[in-house]
Amino acid sequence: MDPVKVEVFLQTLIAGILLGGLYALIGLGMTLIMGVMRIINLAHGELMMVAMYMAYWLFTLLHIDPYLAVFIVAPAMFFFGMAIQRFLINPVLRVEAILPENQVILTVGIGMVLSNLATIMFTSDYRSTPVEYASDAWYLSDLWRSSPIELSFSVPWVVSFLFAVVITALLWYFLTRTDTGKSIRATAQDRDAALLMGVNVERMKLLTFGLGASLVGAAGCLFIPLYYLYPALGGRFTLIAFVITILGGLGSTVGAIIGGVLLGVFESMTATYLGMGWAPVGRFIIFVAALVFLPGGIASVLRRRRLGG
Amino acid sequence: MLEVKGIDVFYGDVQVIWDVSFRVEEAEVVTIIGANGAGKSTILKTISGLLRPSRGEIFFNGEAIHRLPPYSLIDLGLVHVPEARRLFVEMTVEENLEMGALRGEAKRQRERSKEMVFELFPRLKERRRQIAGTLSGGEQQMLAIGRALMSRPKMMMFDEPSLGLAPILVAEIFNIIERINQEGTTVLLVEQNVKMALSVANRAYVLENGRVVLEGPAQQLIDNEHVKTAYLGV
Ligand SMILES: Nc1ncnc2c1ncn2[C@@H]1O[C@H](COP(=O)(O)OP(=O)(O)OP(=O)(O)O)[C@@H](O)[C@H]1O
Ligand SMILES: [Mg+2]
Repeated sequence: MDPVKVEVFLQTLIAGILLGGLYALIGLGMTLIMGVMRIINLAHGELMMVAMYMAYWLFTLLHIDPYLAVFIVAPAMFFFGMAIQRFLINPVLRVEAILPENQVILTVGIGMVLSNLATIMFTSDYRSTPVEYASDAWYLSDLWRSSPIELSFSVPWVVSFLFAVVITALLWYFLTRTDTGKSIRATAQDRDAALLMGVNVERMKLLTFGLGASLVGAAGCLFIPLYYLYPALGGRFTLIAFVITILGGLGSTVGAIIGGVLLGVFESMTATYLGMGWAPVGRFIIFVAALVFLPGGIASVLRRRRLGG
Repeated sequence: MLEVKGIDVFYGDVQVIWDVSFRVEEAEVVTIIGANGAGKSTILKTISGLLRPSRGEIFFNGEAIHRLPPYSLIDLGLVHVPEARRLFVEMTVEENLEMGALRGEAKRQRERSKEMVFELFPRLKERRRQIAGTLSGGEQQMLAIGRALMSRPKMMMFDEPSLGLAPILVAEIFNIIERINQEGTTVLLVEQNVKMALSVANRAYVLENGRVVLEGPAQQLIDNEHVKTAYLGV
């Protein structure tokens, strides 16, 4: 085999997995909100954009590194998310049956307001955080002198990915090992049964929206050393989160993780082999394929295997 | 222990419960019997706070509970085993049990309660790591009862615990309910299996089209002509 082709393939795969780890974080937030609250948060990408501006200003004004900013921005987004749920979404959800899609329209509206506010406040300029390590990389040959092929690992991409993995692991621990986490899962599985068992469902909704916002907020901090920031960037990430949620299976956390990585790899492959401009097309193909061939998402496949049927 | 006073309940504009009153004394087994759609589940949901009565009052141990949020009733010692089990189907057996002991004293007693439930239902102990959705119907009902027991209730409300079970399992579930009662828990039982329900109950109420039409000691109702023809098929 041609070693150059192998290198390109592996390099593309690595890039896809690194990207997919971050995608998973974005998708997890949306799928949690979907599972517990039964609404599609179409302001999800815009929440990430807000978090990116926070990280940007923390860097520009206070010289706080984006990776440190995670510890400020994620908690801030937690409260921001809870406020949105409490003061905007909840009152609308309570007005039932007039228009069944009104919460979807509401989240779209919230997203538009956020991106327009960002334009008014910060203009539509492209911004970035010029961190010193932006173009640093580790090389396979540094670790393995006689390696027949050479691969590079961008420092910010790897660090962002590792952050995403740790955050995902912490989330998993929270959801499966703590009473509050289990109560959130219980609420997603059967709201009334959760109420009967003493779960304050309204509080879980609030927590979940906060958690979803803080996950996507953390993702924003992890993306800002990698991508340009501008007010309209949210829409793209809302779409990405939505595709992952559909691909993973609505409300499934494991599905969102697998779906995120799959989407990252698929986009990276289309970008390498078909050209940069094709990534959105790849995204769209995955989305349609998931709807047509895998209506319940990855979660339905996992469930079938576990049931042995 | 439980007193329901003249409640009306609506779904939207449709009234399904009309001026229903009944009470359950401490240590009793009381059953509400009635046909499909009579409003039995609606009554239990209203007691649990999942639905609100538009008129009337509900008291538990003297405390008005019809305005309390549904999640707080379990703290008072009142727990509802809902129709169709309503397990957390993607959680394990053990996690489902833990969900019954989330708060207060029940949480502190969690491990001991679990042992107690496993003693009552050895099958659940064998399957403690199994996903609840993969249990058989009978096992699911046992888990639903076990989950409620985890809260260390003073009173339990069962909504059709025999639904969809083979006759031998029906007998087993009714045995368990009697045993729970003998150990001091008050029971309100809603059933379509009228024969079994009347055989374990002290007193019974007959519900038709959302109204209580008959009440009395269970033994007396077994011999009642209307009950015989309408519910016992004799
Ligand atoms: N969510 C709902 N919305 C509207 N009507 C409802 C709803 N749930 C129940 N009903 C109606 O209320 C009436 C009483 O229903 P309920 O479920 O309380 O009956 P039930 O006695 O428990 O019946 P079953 O033995 O079949 O469980 C029925 O006519 C039913 O169609
Ligand atoms: Mg019913």
